[in-house]
Amino acid sequence: MAQKPVNFGDTFPKVLLANATVFKDKPAMREKDLGIWITWNWGEVLEEVRALSIGLQHLKFRSGEKVAIVGANRPQLYWSIAAVQALGGVPVPIYADSVAEEMVYVLEHADVSVAVVEDQEQVDKVLEISDQLPKLKHILYDDPRGLRDYDHGHLHAITDIQGIGRALIQENPMLSTNWEAGFAGQSGADVAVMLYTSGTTGRPKGVMLTYDNLVVSARNANAFDGLDSSEDTLAYLPMAWVGDHVFSYAQALCAGYCVNCPEGAETVLADRKEIAPTYLFAPPRVFEGLLTHIQVRMEDAGPTKRALFHYFLKVAERVGERLLNGEKVKLSERLLYALGEFCIYGPLKNQMGFSRLKVGYTAGEAIGPEIFKFYRSLGLNLKQLYGQTESSVFITLQPDGEIYSDTVGVPFTGVEIKIAENGEVIYRSPGSFKAYYKNEEATRETKDAEGWVHTGDAGMFLENGHLKIIDRAKDVGRLTSGALFAPKYIENKLKFFANIKEVVAFGDQRGFATAFINIDLTSVGNWAERNNIAYASYQELAAHPDVYEMIGAHVDQVNRDLAEESLMSGAQIKRFLILHKELDADDGELTRTQKVRRKFIAERYAPLIEALYDGSTRKHVVTTVTFEDGRSGSVEGNVEIRDANIYAAKPLSGQLEDAA
Amino acid sequence: MSVIEKAADITASSIGLQKAEERETLLDLANVSLSFGGVKAINNISFDIKRGEVRAIIGPNGAGKTSMLNVINGFYQPQEGVITFRGSQRRSMKPHLAVSHGIARTFQNVALFKGMSTLDNIMAGRTTRMKRNMFWQILYYGPAQREEIAHRRKVEEIIDFLEIAHIRSTPVGKLPYGLQKRVELARALAMEPDLLLLDEPMAGMNLEEKEDMSRFIIDVNEQLGTTIALIEHDIGVVMDLSDRVVVLDYGRKIADGSPEEVQKNQDVIDAYLGVSH
Repeated sequence: MAQKPVNFGDTFPKVLLANATVFKDKPAMREKDLGIWITWNWGEVLEEVRALSIGLQHLKFRSGEKVAIVGANRPQLYWSIAAVQALGGVPVPIYADSVAEEMVYVLEHADVSVAVVEDQEQVDKVLEISDQLPKLKHILYDDPRGLRDYDHGHLHAITDIQGIGRALIQENPMLSTNWEAGFAGQSGADVAVMLYTSGTTGRPKGVMLTYDNLVVSARNANAFDGLDSSEDTLAYLPMAWVGDHVFSYAQALCAGYCVNCPEGAETVLADRKEIAPTYLFAPPRVFEGLLTHIQVRMEDAGPTKRALFHYFLKVAERVGERLLNGEKVKLSERLLYALGEFCIYGPLKNQMGFSRLKVGYTAGEAIGPEIFKFYRSLGLNLKQLYGQTESSVFITLQPDGEIYSDTVGVPFTGVEIKIAENGEVIYRSPGSFKAYYKNEEATRETKDAEGWVHTGDAGMFLENGHLKIIDRAKDVGRLTSGALFAPKYIENKLKFFANIKEVVAFGDQRGFATAFINIDLTSVGNWAERNNIAYASYQELAAHPDVYEMIGAHVDQVNRDLAEESLMSGAQIKRFLILHKELDADDGELTRTQKVRRKFIAERYAPLIEALYDGSTRKHVVTTVTFEDGRSGSVEGNVEIRDANIYAAKPLSGQLEDAA
Repeated sequence: MSVIEKAADITASSIGLQKAEERETLLDLANVSLSFGGVKAINNISFDIKRGEVRAIIGPNGAGKTSMLNVINGFYQPQEGVITFRGSQRRSMKPHLAVSHGIARTFQNVALFKGMSTLDNIMAGRTTRMKRNMFWQILYYGPAQREEIAHRRKVEEIIDFLEIAHIRSTPVGKLPYGLQKRVELARALAMEPDLLLLDEPMAGMNLEEKEDMSRFIIDVNEQLGTTIALIEHDIGVVMDLSDRVVVLDYGRKIADGSPEEVQKNQDVIDAYLGVSH
């Protein structure tokens, strides 16, 4: 068993088959069901996949067909991916929270013939649109709740299909051998999976990733951080997202580590605490949320605890990161840190479920330097990476000991990176996608003949060889004065304040920069409670003059910071407003991955933007909102607009003027 | 084979809409009267609850609705009248016997053990079903433990059913009101009752919480097959949820029938809009 999991095969079914022999009794998957963690070892996972796969064969599923996978992270859904791949089919994971209309486009575009879904909610959604999907033949579901009285002509429980598979194998054991022989002939160049990008603009595109893309990237990533079969990870991010596919499927198979599926979205915190994963990915949002939560809770704690917390955090700030980077630290400081570990850091990490964390990654959005430092000072090896669906995640990674909060690291194993003339980051890598499904034009636009892929992000290399991402290349604009305007850069600076949840900055082709701000209801709400400010809704709190004062101070601070940076000093925020509603994916204002849809917001709130630029201090707006159940209503109110101070820029050095 | 048949359409019509008259009577109240001193809380009321239905009891404040529930589960002893539950007649019954006979309830004001976790509260609902005596329970290992595991499994199924897994170990005193109501429903379900009495399950809830609770009540009724008697002030909810409605006013029954019939009844309109008595 000391054998390293290398060259186990070039496709996932082959890797799974090998894992079942080499890691036979090691845990491969866990799921918390009815309050109890249920474990499957690699041998058992292979048998589950085999039964499902042969059952699917019985449903006349053929090589090359596409299968939609819709639902939260359930072992059965991961098995479906492998079962489909073993038959030469292509799994297409789809965001479970997309509404029926969003789903119909992807299901239709992907020519899906079978949909494997989690529960009644998803079954209903697929049935609702089945009229528009002539190719769809079968629906499989995991959770039978509420489905007992549905017509089961084309609707099957996964367990029933597995039952058929098992019965068939029992009858004819050759089926099993044939099944294995069936995928022995698959090649690494075959398409392994199709992942639809959430698309901040236009229709989603189906990114086809081959086994080579994923297997090579996963093995390189495992080697980069020394991950092996002893790791535990938590599968809680959307299965349709490339990150989850790589961390919870590709890397898990290649390293042989265990993937843990929490009970539900709401229990992730408690489940993470029980599992204490050793390898974890979380978007910055999660880390921000956790820190805000801790800070809020500490404000409510007793004075002794609070004093201890603040004292040892100061110690950690001084010592923690140096220890993590393996620098020299005085013995007295080490001892003090050890005491802090016992009193504060240890229990804190336990609460967050990070007690055993070996490597944690964050990506997707910029993470606030303070937040990043906080976690690292506790001794958590939190790092940043940069990647996208088209690259099988990894483009750059931060190696241990070279961690900077404002960069995304150095090129990943086998990845070449160039900065194009317009400042765009382009790369060539073993993980680069094959093509977009049925969209040659978009493929040609993104990937050139030599294999260079355009990321659409503007960035630059710093002197230490690390890549720094500034903004989306197409979003980087200029003010009428000619000053550089990078909206995301400004937005991120503001979002680093715990009180601010979301920001949308405007300024391209305008005289000055302005911003819409969403306050963070948890953080500001707690502040309001402590200051005896009564409020009934987000809208009321957002419009409170004291809240405006507080946010104004944050804007002022950001303007001061911007003035320090030669490149960005021209685009300080001159006017801002606090939006009367929270930006929401249900209203189309955010993507399903919670990214701001700039253009859509600009159109939807055009009157507010005009008000920002025409000098008015108050504007009445009516906005329609969509509730979770699909009904719509409207919110209306007066939005106040405030001015902020602009600071004189430091003398412009001009050296970086062309970088973006 | 091109299109999957509209499976969803078939479902709603096939179950749950069986006519109430065809069903077996679960509980029958005949000429029940209850008074406290000179106050007649319930005045010669008769109605029945059929197996599998959602039966609403409505009426203005002080109409005697909660007294009615208290009579059904044996908390109050009526001075007159006969109660027939599952075919056997009774005049009086102790509340704990009501539980073992398959009647569970929730309360108008949440009555949970505030310091205990959600899980422990629901486990408390299994008490009457535990067979091992105190000796075995003190010993813990062996039969008592096996029994507890079996009960815990049942409780976990209810937790899953009502989607409260995320608050499993939270003390209920810390929970928002809407969730406390749900925990109380869970505890009542833990008794695996034939008849579930819900006393204003939506009181004090916001719209979203009400919708959630309505869905759970429908699920309990349709999937677990539990008969439900429901007191509720939100008329919209009553009309949507219930199969039949009985209307009380000043301890008297003024109407009984389907939601549509009751809605049109002049006495009901008068009682709600106010006419001098």
